[in-house]
Amino acid sequence: MSEPARLDVRIATDPAEAWLVQSQIVDWLKERQYPAPDQFGVRLSLEEGLMNAIKHGNRGDLSKSVRVFCEVSDARTYIEIHDQGIGFDPAAVPDPLAEENLEKASGRGLLLMRQFMSVVEFRDNGRLLVLEKQRSTE
Amino acid sequence: MAAAAGQRRLDIEEVGDVTVARFVDKKILDENNIQMIGNQLFGLVDQDKRKKIVLDFANVEYLSSAALGKLITMNNKVKTIGGKLRLCSIRPDIYEVFAITKLNKLFDIKDDQATALAGF
Repeated sequence: MSEPARLDVRIATDPAEAWLVQSQIVDWLKERQYPAPDQFGVRLSLEEGLMNAIKHGNRGDLSKSVRVFCEVSDARTYIEIHDQGIGFDPAAVPDPLAEENLEKASGRGLLLMRQFMSVVEFRDNGRLLVLEKQRSTE
Repeated sequence: MAAAAGQRRLDIEEVGDVTVARFVDKKILDENNIQMIGNQLFGLVDQDKRKKIVLDFANVEYLSSAALGKLITMNNKVKTIGGKLRLCSIRPDIYEVFAITKLNKLFDIKDDQATALAGF
């Protein structure tokens, strides 16, 4: 058993900063020898969640920031991504699996996060994304 | 040109009349990278007018939904000029992303490059 690793940072509306946070978190999963599919799912979900916060939440506004909280223990990975945008209604996001949306170039991030993570929740009117991954048993 | 080579995100090879484009990167995740990949892919159709294209994913370990968007646009461009696009050598984790999004039905996906080249 190793001590949980924690991160609580405010990053700029900048994919390069998001990339650093993502890499740090995935490194913690590697150190704790999470199964490869768990690492894959968490990395992908982080990418989707962080890019949603930067592009759709903060809309690229450099005066805004994104707060990221994360705790990685041996048993689970818990992540909060909080943007400063106007929020959104997750229920209003078009279904990317509907026939008419299958060839659209965007709109699949939420679907992928829901598939790969144990918990995906939106709070604060859609500005706060909560992701949780229970470590899989191999 | 070293600078241009540094920006190259695809290895291009001609096999008969088929263009094989192999992704250089292990991770097709970050926005700038995806933008460059998209530009190079679209150039194969828009500038070079190549009609038979295989995209080889052998090196790719991660890919995001933004990358899927570029692949869909590429598929539509190839179809528009009456060409064919095939994807190959996709590892199971990545294939799962295609399956979850039902894009495994949209794209012509083959197990490996030899199968993708056969009967093109």
